[in-house]
Amino acid sequence: MKKSESERSVKAKKETVLKDLRKFGGNLYDQMEHGKFPWVEMPSRSTENIFYSPDVRQFILGEKSVKRHARNIRHIKPFTQMVWAGFFTSELVRNRKTSTLRDVYYSAQAYEMTFKDQPESNNILTDLETATGFAREDFNVYPEERSALFGDLTIEYTVPGYEGKQLNMTSHPDGVMLGPSVVSSEFAQNKCDKVIAIEKGGLFTRFIEERVHEKFNALLVLTAGQAPRATRHFLNRLNRELELPVYIFTDGDPWGMHIAMVIISGSANAAHLRGLTTPDAKWSGVYATDIVDYKLPTDPLTPVDIKRLHELEKDPRYTGDLWKREIKTFLKIKKKAEQEAFSRYGLTYIVDEYLPAKLDAMAD
Amino acid sequence: MVTFQEISPADFFYRNRDIAGFTNPSRAIFVSIRELVENSLDSAETLSTPPEVYVRLTEEEGAPTATESGNGVYRLMVMDNGSGIAARHIPSAFGQVLFGSNYKLKQARGTFGLGGTMAILYGQITTHKPVIIKSSTGGSKVYEYKMMIDIQRNRPLILDRKTKRNSENWRGTIVEYSLEGDYYRAMSKILEYLKQTALVTPYADIRFVDPKGRLYMFTKATTKMPEPPTETLAHPYGVDVETIQRLIRVTNSRSLLDFMRKHFHRVGQGTSLNFLEFAGFVRTPTPQRLKVENIQKLVETANKSKKFRRLFGKLTEEQIKNLIKKTKSQSLLDLLQKAFPKIDKAIILRLIASAGFVRTKNPKKLRPEEIVKLVRMMKQYDGFLPPDASCLSPLGEDLLRAGILKELKPEFIAVSQRKPSTYAGHPFIVETAIAYGGNIPNKDDIVVYRFANKIPLLYDEASDVSVRVIRGINWRRYKVSSGMPLAILVHLCSTKVPYKTVGKEFIADRPEVKIEILNGIREVARRLQTFLAKREHVAKEKKRLSVFAKYLPKIARFSADLAGKTETPNIDVLLKSVRKYEEE
Repeated sequence: MKKSESERSVKAKKETVLKDLRKFGGNLYDQMEHGKFPWVEMPSRSTENIFYSPDVRQFILGEKSVKRHARNIRHIKPFTQMVWAGFFTSELVRNRKTSTLRDVYYSAQAYEMTFKDQPESNNILTDLETATGFAREDFNVYPEERSALFGDLTIEYTVPGYEGKQLNMTSHPDGVMLGPSVVSSEFAQNKCDKVIAIEKGGLFTRFIEERVHEKFNALLVLTAGQAPRATRHFLNRLNRELELPVYIFTDGDPWGMHIAMVIISGSANAAHLRGLTTPDAKWSGVYATDIVDYKLPTDPLTPVDIKRLHELEKDPRYTGDLWKREIKTFLKIKKKAEQEAFSRYGLTYIVDEYLPAKLDAMAD
Repeated sequence: MVTFQEISPADFFYRNRDIAGFTNPSRAIFVSIRELVENSLDSAETLSTPPEVYVRLTEEEGAPTATESGNGVYRLMVMDNGSGIAARHIPSAFGQVLFGSNYKLKQARGTFGLGGTMAILYGQITTHKPVIIKSSTGGSKVYEYKMMIDIQRNRPLILDRKTKRNSENWRGTIVEYSLEGDYYRAMSKILEYLKQTALVTPYADIRFVDPKGRLYMFTKATTKMPEPPTETLAHPYGVDVETIQRLIRVTNSRSLLDFMRKHFHRVGQGTSLNFLEFAGFVRTPTPQRLKVENIQKLVETANKSKKFRRLFGKLTEEQIKNLIKKTKSQSLLDLLQKAFPKIDKAIILRLIASAGFVRTKNPKKLRPEEIVKLVRMMKQYDGFLPPDASCLSPLGEDLLRAGILKELKPEFIAVSQRKPSTYAGHPFIVETAIAYGGNIPNKDDIVVYRFANKIPLLYDEASDVSVRVIRGINWRRYKVSSGMPLAILVHLCSTKVPYKTVGKEFIADRPEVKIEILNGIREVARRLQTFLAKREHVAKEKKRLSVFAKYLPKIARFSADLAGKTETPNIDVLLKSVRKYEEE
């Protein structure tokens, strides 16, 4: 049950989700009607079945599959939980309601399906994702929101009560929260020609104040640290549906570098899903070489930072020349710098000097 | 000036009542009831009559009433349907310490019938009141004595004596007297004692009315009784110098050879002869002093028996005379041994004895050091046959099971009786049982019921050999985990129970006894393991079924909803198939 890549319309996508869930239930129903214990087969998510695919440019699951069989005493409970999760989310989608992972955990109790703890409940939802090929956001299950967006993009809501209503993403000076209603909206009109994703709220606000969206004709997205899955999916849509190039600005340390990498190539945990990555997005700084070139104020790398760099060295996602060069440089200079470090040259330096230079370099 | 004064046994026990268990008021009341109940049970069992024992404890009228936590004066009455006591023995049996009926070697609860008198003595010294004894052996009269014990002289002091007509053909004994004690502190032990006694005596009716007027009834579950023990002689391994001296005093044997045969368990002519030779108590004539007719007798005896003829060949007088002429041997035994080096010494000895030439001392003429030597050699000689167990009266597996079922109502029970064994010349039999569930409490530790000759042992549990054995077993191997309602019963029957103290509280660590207890417990534990394994399997199966029963309907419902169907699929077939699997 792999979803086709061609889905453009959010509405059409929801219908596909519902259709597939119905098929999923119908399959189990038929098995039981034929006097058989129901079962489902899905790709294995064990570590030995997760591979990095240079073609797809993200982690994917291998050939191994597992069978969840209601005949098996150890399987029947998670199996039931998964069917329940399918039922529950199909109700969400049908009634156009959204929910959170925490909600799912508590809702189960109403059906005498109590989960042992939150991780068990989360894990069942991941099972459902794997078995159906949809992300939980497609089932209207969203994480807590922290991301935001600002720029001259007009969206059209699809959520109940707001259908057809439009909103320009510059309408709020603090940015618009990237919640379920924005994520599930259709793109009505767009005047931006690039997306700039920013790790930290402080810099996001500075960019709005300095009118970066106008000066560079850019849509600003705040990832607020590691980007939530809904945000990654949204970036993917901006890139795919509006064909906007995506530039990512993070702190100059291994953790910032990895925030960019997860947006670009995804994570092993999401190997069963597609559409959460933006392989053509570019990490635009702060590089280790920038620290040298711009003589930025720095902190020394901690032992944890260095250990992380050595881990990244072996990570199959870090194969490009840029990545290799930056890891090597970090290890050489043993220093790191935050995005705010540019303030040393004045508050507007980063917008007036650094950003144009970077975007120029990227455009080449 | 130092004065020396003889003290009587009664006086001795008066001064040392601690060693008989009368250590404090609560212990005293417990021991008093125990001793009298045991006498009653023994007395009925000698007649093979199911015992009926009635115990009544009341607060003494006129005495200050006992508080819930203090001493009081009580009147104790114990009635039984036992053999009764002949009128002329009543005063001594209850008024003289160490006048017992049990000075014989067979299994009985009491050793000397001493405890009963001790209990009465204790009552007298704490209340200074007489004891009343009523008894009948089932004849036409009931005798009633009112008496006290003259402690210094160890003599009964009869205050009053009545004879009544026994119109109802009653048989049995009633003992009634006053004593000081602390019932409320002893209560739990007394009730536990009665319960365990009922458990190990399932053919007895025991009733107890306590000072509050509460009746505790332990009703028999069967009328079958264990085979009564037969009296037996002492085994050579189990005697001491004093026993030998007593036997010498009463014997009419004129030779040690005869003495050994007559007074010892499983000692016949051959064993007696071989042992006495081993011990150096056999003399054979000096060869040179043998007369012609002696030689003729010897040759004749040898040639008459086929066995001797085969071993010695045909003997002639000439042959023997020649041997005597050449030898320097001082005894006939030595001479024949040298002449026939291939023949066993025991055979030669038997030949000499058959011819009537073996001399052993008259036991009455043994010197003290010879008696000591005799006893020492008895312990060293390894040719005695082990004692047999006819003098023991174990409960048997059926009665043991009946007793446990009656008192504990367990879910599972396994009992085992070991083969007879011996330690230091004393035969013994170990009986073990293990019970699970029912009235047995869920405790961290296994409940242990210990019995010796049908007496419950209630004190000093931690020091007892059974408890040590049980602690030493790796119970996880038998699928036993802590918190299970589990009880183990160990019953040791012996003519001499190896108590570690005078108080009959716990059994000493005798290796021979320990190994029997260990093997007995292992045997029943193995059967428990089978039971527990089966239970576990059934429980697992039940749990497995319940999992399917819980989740399958949910899968049916959710998938029907998910598929948009109005009816849920039929899952009866699936549930049935799981159940079928269980039966396989």
